[in-house]
Amino acid sequence: MVQFTLPKNSKVRTGKTWPKPEGATRIKEFRIYRFDPETGENPRLDTYFVDLDDCGPMVLHGLLKIKDEVDSTLAFRRSCREGICGSCAMNIAGENALACITAMEDIKGPVTVYPLPHMQVVKDLVPDLTLLYAQHRLIEPWLKTDTPAPDREWRQSKDDRKKLDGLYECILCFCCATSCPSYWWNAERYLGPAVLLQAYRWIADSRDEAVDERLDELEDPFRLYRCHTIMNCVRVCPKGLNPAKAIAAIKEDLALRRF
Amino acid sequence: MANSDLGEKRPLSPHLQVYRPNLTMMMSILHRITGAALYFAILLGVWWLVALAAGPGYFAFVDGIFRSWLGLLVLFGATYGLFHHMMGGIRHLIWDAGKAFSIKSAEHMAWMSLALAAGLTVVVFIAGFAAS
Repeated sequence: MVQFTLPKNSKVRTGKTWPKPEGATRIKEFRIYRFDPETGENPRLDTYFVDLDDCGPMVLHGLLKIKDEVDSTLAFRRSCREGICGSCAMNIAGENALACITAMEDIKGPVTVYPLPHMQVVKDLVPDLTLLYAQHRLIEPWLKTDTPAPDREWRQSKDDRKKLDGLYECILCFCCATSCPSYWWNAERYLGPAVLLQAYRWIADSRDEAVDERLDELEDPFRLYRCHTIMNCVRVCPKGLNPAKAIAAIKEDLALRRF
Repeated sequence: MANSDLGEKRPLSPHLQVYRPNLTMMMSILHRITGAALYFAILLGVWWLVALAAGPGYFAFVDGIFRSWLGLLVLFGATYGLFHHMMGGIRHLIWDAGKAFSIKSAEHMAWMSLALAAGLTVVVFIAGFAAS
């Protein structure tokens, strides 16, 4: 059901302003979404200040600085700090991105940080990804074959392997899925750009022998066809992938197999 | 998980409230808005045709409303809506053919649609006034 406003318990209130670091000349202001499940109070927006001369360049450096030195209760996911694990996906300055590869100096004014949009919030910047993982499982993201396995590896020509470029690199950070208004309004029924790109990754694989079944599963007004080419997914993908194009390719495969 | 017992009470993270608008996103919502508005615009066209069938007196009345400055403004908006939606349809045809999926070409097409829709609207009005 489309609801443009936030439910009552989700409205964001003004939070606390934390002290500025002493003796700092170059200060960056952070406004960070906070939700504490222990109190059950409405989310709030806390204001923090980071000394840019005593901090690494990325938004993740700023968040870690705050957690280490100002407010240890701030919760967020992070791991690799180099854009390959996809853990620190969040909404930064109005766009979804990985905090570890988003430079603070590229953001004009205060750095606003929210969890990935239109998600259930576990705590602070940590959203519940259960539904997205379940949807990923639904498309059966593994090689499916009927012919007996060869003695060695499944062979693939160089040209066929090339068809997977731009698809296999997805790190499942879900920046794209949660940037998509269509996914916001229909998350229970629409699979969203991340999962559909993954679905196409197996459809496009020359070694996979279940392409027709995969297409059958996707031929649905909601699972696939809620994509309206809004293109937010393409804008935000930290790996430079193009889910909108992958979705169009699935639609094309579905159209062509009728003939 | 500490708050798994919260269940439904977990807050929903902000979405439209915080997401920075961009051109392709705006074009998508405009496509839908113009599409919905055209349902009402077509009613105006039907009203005009019905008036035509109803006789010269009623037609003159309805035609007078359409020719008032407010009527012309509404018709101008409806004409723009029609062309905007038509250009949107053509953009979607191009996308359905698997083309123009980079942000650069998508934005290029968006600007082209806006310019063509505005241009065609003006052309229709110039032609309309020249004919009457």
